[in-house]
Amino acid sequence: MSDSGTLTQTGLVALTGVNKHFGELHVLKDINLSIAKGEVVVVIGPSGSGKSTLCRAINRLETIDSGTIELDGQPLPSEGKSLATLRADVGMVFQSFNLFAHKTILQNVTLGPLKVRKMDAKQAEKRALELLERVGVASQASKYPAQLSGGQQQRVAIARALAMDPKVILFDEPTSALDPEMIQEVLEVMIDLAKQQMTMVVVTHEMGFARSAANRVVFMADGEIVEQADPESFFTNPTSRRAQDFLGKILKH
Amino acid sequence: MLSVLTDNWDLFRDGFWLTIRLFLVSAVLSMVLGTVLGAFRVSPVPALRAVGTGYVNTFRNTPLTLVFAFLFFGAAKMDLALPSPYWTAVGALTIYTSAFVCEVVRSGINTISPGQSEAARAVGMTFFQVLTLIVLPQAFRAIVPPLSSVFIALLKNTTIAAGFSVVEAGSIPAAMSERSENQLLTLIWIAIGFLILIVPLMFLQRWAERRTAVA
Repeated sequence: MSDSGTLTQTGLVALTGVNKHFGELHVLKDINLSIAKGEVVVVIGPSGSGKSTLCRAINRLETIDSGTIELDGQPLPSEGKSLATLRADVGMVFQSFNLFAHKTILQNVTLGPLKVRKMDAKQAEKRALELLERVGVASQASKYPAQLSGGQQQRVAIARALAMDPKVILFDEPTSALDPEMIQEVLEVMIDLAKQQMTMVVVTHEMGFARSAANRVVFMADGEIVEQADPESFFTNPTSRRAQDFLGKILKH
Repeated sequence: MLSVLTDNWDLFRDGFWLTIRLFLVSAVLSMVLGTVLGAFRVSPVPALRAVGTGYVNTFRNTPLTLVFAFLFFGAAKMDLALPSPYWTAVGALTIYTSAFVCEVVRSGINTISPGQSEAARAVGMTFFQVLTLIVLPQAFRAIVPPLSSVFIALLKNTTIAAGFSVVEAGSIPAAMSERSENQLLTLIWIAIGFLILIVPLMFLQRWAERRTAVA
């Protein structure tokens, strides 16, 4: 919360010369990306372009072969306690929600604060209920994840991430596994977060969200960042051939 | 038929009591060691994974009688001071059974979607927390039936200790033969004794399966 102004130069999240291979496949090619505090960066691109891998590399759920990733000026530790400590500051929302199946909705949100932040139980519960209220699922607090709809589960997952007071939240295709009528309820929560200056990295196919909430659109193809711009110029006037192709295909219908 | 049992009640009582003690102590120790080894096998540290794999490959593939022999005779050859035969038998049973528990625990862990542990890691949990708070509690459900089989096998395996001067239930036939009792009836009573011991294990399994069956 009390970051010094000097850090804004390097960005809250800074990737420099990041490369990764899956066997023969070069999934991240020399990625350089800096994300400022309070910025909402939407990453789009065709499937297989490396955008999810990029997102997951930021909290080291994917390891990288070379390059550096820094969070708040600190390089990501490779393993162990220090990595866990750093991950606590990076929220993550997954495509398949990944709520803890054996815990209630409330426990899903309180578990991190209790076990990682060692927060007092009463305080953690109070905060969790506030967050569940904020994402509109407080009435489901005592249920188990399997009893909720996908949209509700994903909103709980967002509350779970927020409960850690993260410096940045990563969204890895948060609406791709949802039925169409549930996409909007999740996007609304995300737009609300964006308005409140939460730093966000969002991998998505929701162009409407990119237009309305993003500060910057990053377009990836074949493991490379091909183009990045503010949403208005990106969508109306993409400069690269591949971005033009991509937008032509998805915006037609 | 009944007199075979009642006339030699002291033998049966002491033998089965020792069997129960061998079983319970080895079961608890195998559960602990096997779970730790199972955790080794899924840990992010390659050296620990190697230890777990090496352990399983060694002891799951060694006949139990051989494990006993190594401890009782091999250790004596190396001038190692052995604890009492009872504790040496517990050691052999634990070393052997842990390898099986380890595999059961590992396969249980593998039934849990990787997303569960990814989410837990993303929240900032350490490997130990991910395992004990998220993965193992969910894996336990899948573990119960195969684990019951491992423990039933352990109960029956305790009879090998009779060959190494531990007077558990498996040693009753030899003593009965000295008393010139009917061998067939003796064996039938021992089999009944083991059935009686295994029934509670089956109920325990059913109870555990019901308890862990979640929505």
